[in-house]
Amino acid sequence: MNLHPTTAGLLLAGILFVLGLISVLIRRNIIFMLLSVEIMLNAAGLAFVVAASHWGQADGQVMFMFILAMAAAEVSVGLALILQLYHQLRSLDSDEASRMNG
Amino acid sequence: MDITFIIAAFIAVLATLRVITCYHIMHALLYLVVSLLAVAVVLFTYGAPFMAVLEIIIYAGAIMVLIIFFVMMLNLGLETAENEKAWLRPRIWIVPGVFCFVLLAELLYLILQNKQPAAGIQIVPPKQVGMALFGPYLIAVELTGILLMAGIVGAYHLGRQHKKTLHRFLENNLDT
Repeated sequence: MNLHPTTAGLLLAGILFVLGLISVLIRRNIIFMLLSVEIMLNAAGLAFVVAASHWGQADGQVMFMFILAMAAAEVSVGLALILQLYHQLRSLDSDEASRMNG
Repeated sequence: MDITFIIAAFIAVLATLRVITCYHIMHALLYLVVSLLAVAVVLFTYGAPFMAVLEIIIYAGAIMVLIIFFVMMLNLGLETAENEKAWLRPRIWIVPGVFCFVLLAELLYLILQNKQPAAGIQIVPPKQVGMALFGPYLIAVELTGILLMAGIVGAYHLGRQHKKTLHRFLENNLDT
């Protein structure tokens, strides 16, 4: 294996992102879907850092820090939403919430 | 390409595969932490040690603890102790433990060797990141602060329990 490091890093980021995407599509448990979104965000951040190390510029790492902050905010709001859904439906199945009640 | 990168990438992909195929949420979280640690080692090999530390502190530390706390809060009950006993069988934690041990050995190797990164990788020191963060990206930092504020307020608002508007006798009547 004689890949260029940037290629290898982007390949790893792509694989992780696709795994997260597959998990979002096939899982029906809401917490697992939230975890998959985390995996995808993490893969995107990895791609940014790899690009930063390729060009020798700091911008990619700055974007990684913004992604971290966004992931933290997203998880807190997402968990609060899941909590509300669980209190309303008594279940973590996302298909339970597919019908509107009104 | 470095052998350390290959091992860490392999562990990251394997652990992520286990995350998306696990049925039990606690086991999935265990493997997700391993995956994040592996990605942190990958970041270290790409000349971004500060980002690796942030990844461990914020992702594997804060966010994962938040999710684990939330999951444990949801299933209260008498069977919780039984569940906990069932979660922590050696068969469950032996594989993530081995993965973590390999990652630790790799990290120690990288630190002790103190070797230069592979060709094509340029180290971006944290100082340069800080200069960029509080120079041209200052407005984005401020906006991130506002985003975190909105996250706090939103989580508080959404997570609040609403007061009951019905008396419990009426509620029982509604149920039947």
